[in-house]
Amino acid sequence: MLSDTGQKLYHWLDERFNLTPLIDYMQHKQVPVHKHSVWYYMGGVALFLFIVQVCSGILLLFYYQPGVDSSHESVRFIMTKVNFGWLVRSVHSWSANLMVFFVFVHMFSTFFTRAYQKPRELTWMTGFILLVLAMTFGFSGYLLPWDELAFFATKVGTDIAGAVPLIGEAMKIVLRGGDDVTGATLSRFYAIHVAMIPALFTVILGLHLLFVQRQGMHEPEAFKKLKPEQKKMIPFFPNFVLRDVLLWLIILNILLFLAVLFPWELGPKADPFVSAPEGIRPEWYFMFMFQFLKMLPAHIGFMEGEVAGILFFTLGGLVWLLTPLWAFKKRGKVDIMLLCGLLVIAFILVMTVIGYVY
Amino acid sequence: MKNQNHASFLCLAAMAVLVLWAAGLRAAEDDPPLSETDQCLSCHLDDDVMPQDYGEHDIHMQKGLSCAGCHGGDPANDDMDDSMSPAAGYVGIPDKKDIPRFCGKCHSDIDFMRQYQPAIQTDQAEQYGHSVHGAKLMRGDTSVAVCTSCHSGHNIMPASDPRSTVYALNVPETCNKCHGDAQYMKKYDIPTDQYEKFKKSVHGQALLEEQDTGAPACNDCHGNHGAMPPGITSISHVCGTCHINNMEYFAGTKMAAGFKKKKLHGCEECHGNHEVPKPSDKMIGDDKSSVCAQCHESGDKGFLTARVLRTRLDTLAAAYRKASVMKERVNSLGMDDLDIEFILQEAKQSLTKARTMIHTFDTLKVSALTTEGLVKNQQAIREARVQIEAYYIRRKGLGASTFIITLLIVALYLKIREIERRQKSTTGEV
Amino acid sequence: MKRNRFLNIILGGGTLAWLGSIFYPVFSFLNPPKRPEANVHSVKAGPADKLAVNSGEIIKFGRRPVLLIRMDTGEVRAFSATCTHLDCIVQYRQDSKQIWCACHNGYYDLRGRNISGPPPRPLDVYPVNIVNNEIIVSKPKQMG
Repeated sequence: MLSDTGQKLYHWLDERFNLTPLIDYMQHKQVPVHKHSVWYYMGGVALFLFIVQVCSGILLLFYYQPGVDSSHESVRFIMTKVNFGWLVRSVHSWSANLMVFFVFVHMFSTFFTRAYQKPRELTWMTGFILLVLAMTFGFSGYLLPWDELAFFATKVGTDIAGAVPLIGEAMKIVLRGGDDVTGATLSRFYAIHVAMIPALFTVILGLHLLFVQRQGMHEPEAFKKLKPEQKKMIPFFPNFVLRDVLLWLIILNILLFLAVLFPWELGPKADPFVSAPEGIRPEWYFMFMFQFLKMLPAHIGFMEGEVAGILFFTLGGLVWLLTPLWAFKKRGKVDIMLLCGLLVIAFILVMTVIGYVY
Repeated sequence: MKNQNHASFLCLAAMAVLVLWAAGLRAAEDDPPLSETDQCLSCHLDDDVMPQDYGEHDIHMQKGLSCAGCHGGDPANDDMDDSMSPAAGYVGIPDKKDIPRFCGKCHSDIDFMRQYQPAIQTDQAEQYGHSVHGAKLMRGDTSVAVCTSCHSGHNIMPASDPRSTVYALNVPETCNKCHGDAQYMKKYDIPTDQYEKFKKSVHGQALLEEQDTGAPACNDCHGNHGAMPPGITSISHVCGTCHINNMEYFAGTKMAAGFKKKKLHGCEECHGNHEVPKPSDKMIGDDKSSVCAQCHESGDKGFLTARVLRTRLDTLAAAYRKASVMKERVNSLGMDDLDIEFILQEAKQSLTKARTMIHTFDTLKVSALTTEGLVKNQQAIREARVQIEAYYIRRKGLGASTFIITLLIVALYLKIREIERRQKSTTGEV
Repeated sequence: MKRNRFLNIILGGGTLAWLGSIFYPVFSFLNPPKRPEANVHSVKAGPADKLAVNSGEIIKFGRRPVLLIRMDTGEVRAFSATCTHLDCIVQYRQDSKQIWCACHNGYYDLRGRNISGPPPRPLDVYPVNIVNNEIIVSKPKQMG
């Protein structure tokens, strides 16, 4: 009876939208199985966490009130008065961090398996843009509870943006909505966080997923060399999708565990007129940049140290974005790309550790 | 003599009115400034022989009473000898001993003064006569303070003006100019450390550091024009003008009567005078640091009472601290602490009331208040426990959802295996 | 085949339970709490005719106690009920028609100004409006 109705509904839709080829495509799409298969799931995990972010974010919007007199109060209100508000807020914060983490993992796994090579250049580039957008999400969302640490971290962060030559000062003023971090900044960051970035992110994410579906999974070198009958494959649907769901459930479990047992804290309300408290630090994914800029000498050659550092990260980001265009081929036993990747990871890890230890 | 005084006063008053009128006209028509029309000013300014303490904000100057307003003479005449002759009403510089009368010529005359301010006081000179300063001056001691010592001679401003020497925040400095000078005060045989002590006192801190003009300066206890050290009978009234409850409670005790008999100062015996510290619970009790132990001896009835009172306060204060810590914990857990805060506010109020009630030395009355506070504290702690428990109940919810999700994970895993087994068996695919 | 069915039941039931464990929190989240706003901008303090002439009443205004007074003229006024001396709760005195703090016998007049005793500062005034016989107390206007 139930399946009968389902059949009818499917038929109705199929008649109008010609769904059968799509389903066929999904069923015939094969996903390679090999020892590096686990990395195929990382993007999916990031996607899941993004969905969690959208849902929990929309829920928070029901009570959050941006404004110097209401931001901190409304977040506190959500945490104390609203049913399960503590959970929603904690999930939103934890999920944000996990999402950035998995986006990083996803990125490095595609880098090391050389998945960015032709024909997937644009998939890589849209992916990199998604990473930058995810970090912007984090940066703008960090300020919204208007607590002390976030306030000063935003001050420092926008100050760094202000050090960019020529356009820096204008950029800082546009970001802050004035000379200083004030209620105006809060409004801007709110707009950026709940409207601008989500819109951009959704479009780019759509493209990214479209590319992946169209081109199928990338096969690593070793797998490609195998004869067709030696290649172990599973259908994308239902096998791969069900595994994806399985992993999502595990991640959800971990997320809830973290959110309940380590609830995200809310610091004291920001007061622009007290001196900065100790231990101002950005979110962990900005730490390596923050620490590197801090460690640079005041002057490098004819440039200010900070300016040089910003230039370094801008160029570095650009080079990383364009990886598919310059990537070296593997020659014999020397894999330059592997070294590059390891170097970048080592740099990020060392800087982050220094940032937290000192 | 008296007639002449009257005549010169009338003359002065008339002049003052004239000057005032002129000042009004000037303001209206934007005439040249007083320094050009007033011959006293114009010469004295040119020759740079103005009084040392002259200030242009001086209230007399502001109201158009220029030099001649007090010193007499003819400000319209530019001949120095003529304008500053007795014939022109010139009185010159008064002797110090004559200053109260000199100022009183106007300031004791309500008919003259009311034109400036209808409710103005005109009893300053009269009061001054009854002050220690005034009495000594009458006996020919010219070291004492006269009007100008505190108000300055030529830079006088109303007490409401923060620049004035007699503005609440500036009064301690002003008195200290003489009273803090050991050399100057030598012949009077009174201490000179009042200012230093006052600075450290709870009143001094509030006045000088927090700039709270509601806190008392020297004159609020000693009076100003009638300044005198408060007597034994009046001391609790002096403190009682602000600390009403404490005074009333104490006045009804046996101790107050005993103090009176022994000629001990009421409040001062325990709280001190100029250095009165912020009171603490340590002041009462049976240990050596308490003020009770200064008179009471181990074993006497008062000693016992002191011990009971101290225990009551300590118990309540400790309970309040404990409840506050609980409230903070509730707050840091992100739970609702609003109701707890309201209850704690009441508990704190009971503590404050009990601390005031100490002045009755009535253990029953104090106990009633501390018990009331303890009940409130208990209530707050109970509320806090409910909140903290609610916080941990969340983990149970987590347990339930973890169980469901884990079950789903396991089932899904088995389902995948089952599907793949089926696929293998139908297609024979590896 | 029996095992397969069991598995399907577990999967279906588990999914339903899971959906429940998601939607229950979501729906209760959307259900507004008793106090529906983070910042209290105004508080309804009951019908105006219930507050007797020449009497006072303490109401809760967010985290603060507020003293509501109905004066002889019938006018309703509201002040912060926290004494500016040592944070005791003040009350309205019907005999002297003043605001009184029992802790140290401080007095304020009916405009909140400290007139006798230790209080160093006046009480904050909360604007009061009466709309359809309902007393509405609002947050004091801030400077600037």
